[in-house]
Amino acid sequence: MVSLNTVWQYLALQSPLQLHSTMMSGDSFNLIKMGVTTFALPALPYAYDALEPHISAQIMELHHGKHHQTYVTNLNKALESHIAAVAAGDVAAQIALQQVIKFNGGGHINHSLFWQNLAPAGSDETKLEQAKELVAAIERTWGGFDTFKNAFSTALLEIQGSGWGWLTREAGSGGGLRIVTTKDQDPVVGGDVVIFGVDMWEHAYYLQYMNGKAAYVENIWNVINWKTAEDRFLGRSEEKNEL
Amino acid sequence: MSSTLLRTTPALRGALRASGALKATGALSSASFVRGKATLPDLPYDYGALEPYISGKIMELHHKKHHQTYVNGLNSALETIAEAEGKGDLSKAASVAPLLNFHGGGHINHSLFWENLAPASREGGGEPDGALKKAIDSDFGSFDTFRKQMNTALAGIQGSGWAWLVKDKSAGTLNLVTRANQDPVTGPYVPLVGIDAWEHAYYLQYENRKAEYFEAIWNVINWKTVAARFEKS
Ligand SMILES: [Fe+2]
Ligand SMILES: [Fe+2]
Repeated sequence: MVSLNTVWQYLALQSPLQLHSTMMSGDSFNLIKMGVTTFALPALPYAYDALEPHISAQIMELHHGKHHQTYVTNLNKALESHIAAVAAGDVAAQIALQQVIKFNGGGHINHSLFWQNLAPAGSDETKLEQAKELVAAIERTWGGFDTFKNAFSTALLEIQGSGWGWLTREAGSGGGLRIVTTKDQDPVVGGDVVIFGVDMWEHAYYLQYMNGKAAYVENIWNVINWKTAEDRFLGRSEEKNEL
Repeated sequence: MSSTLLRTTPALRGALRASGALKATGALSSASFVRGKATLPDLPYDYGALEPYISGKIMELHHKKHHQTYVNGLNSALETIAEAEGKGDLSKAASVAPLLNFHGGGHINHSLFWENLAPASREGGGEPDGALKKAIDSDFGSFDTFRKQMNTALAGIQGSGWAWLVKDKSAGTLNLVTRANQDPVTGPYVPLVGIDAWEHAYYLQYENRKAEYFEAIWNVINWKTVAARFEKS
């Protein structure tokens, strides 16, 4: 997955001069034509109905095919507009677009991490013994796995409005585990590693659970991918979650 | 009286009072609003009355479940504050401020929302007239421009929130504002019409197609209520 960091570096490199030469070539601001990486919707690692009965196929299809796709589409659009704004020297537009890029880039990164840290209930990946080292660290940190589970669930339910709950490992060697929540599509930042995340936007559960979000939070534990979680914890994952 | 509350959330306190969202339960003056208890207001129409623009199922869950949860959360925040202050634990009382803001805001916003909606077969839809129409024309150019700007504002909300047509009391002009989550409209702004842009407000019917909901809701805006708020402001 492409990190948003790449995007920021790319944006920083777009000097008016470079853009001028691009414009002179007669091309429109098309990221692909300019040889710039565009973001694409990642395929789900399982079928839309694979998380039933805990997350319905209808939710998964809309969530991945529509919501995530919209973040990707709007991210690519905003990047193109940003290039145009740089070329035009329109600083106000650049600032406005950075907010749009941050929101949609965060939406893309968060959902990409989320799909990978879910797996069909009952599959090997959802067994706790897939995450021996992580579970040991969780027990050291919270005094017990159930204590952690309760603390995490409580943090999810206390989110006011749209947002995400995450288990993260702090940056640096020997970094400790933490439960963090982020609002809207703010990603986890500061070099902290995402172990797993749970989407608490209403679109993540409403068609099935409606106002009963506590039941969604209870059921999500059945589809957490502990193998992905262990890989991320041990630094064996290629995924990036940097802004 | 709750001095901590006054210090921590003066804006919300004003909004709670102005909206009449809290009813004093005892023989206490309105200044002792902390003793008041919020209650879920009745809807001024049936759950199915806004169909086909907002489904009966959405209305029922939205009013009976979501709004009720804000009412309960508000009352429990107020109780916690009163209790903590009774024990002189001011930092505990102050720590409840975010919950008070969230649930108090949720109660105020939804109370205003139900009243600024009406069935399309009754007061709902159409366009404002009289002084309100004049003000909209002079501040936005036309009703159509205003509507478009409000829909753009709604579409631009990143996450959960509301868009409001407000009157700026100090400038005397109409404005569009958005608020995150359940933050209420406060300060110099008087809320005239609010539109709930939380996903729970439309998802069962419109799913991810929120632009369709923002288009449809104009068919059930109660301009009579909006005009009355405008005249009172
Ligand atoms: Fe989502
Ligand atoms: Fe609502």
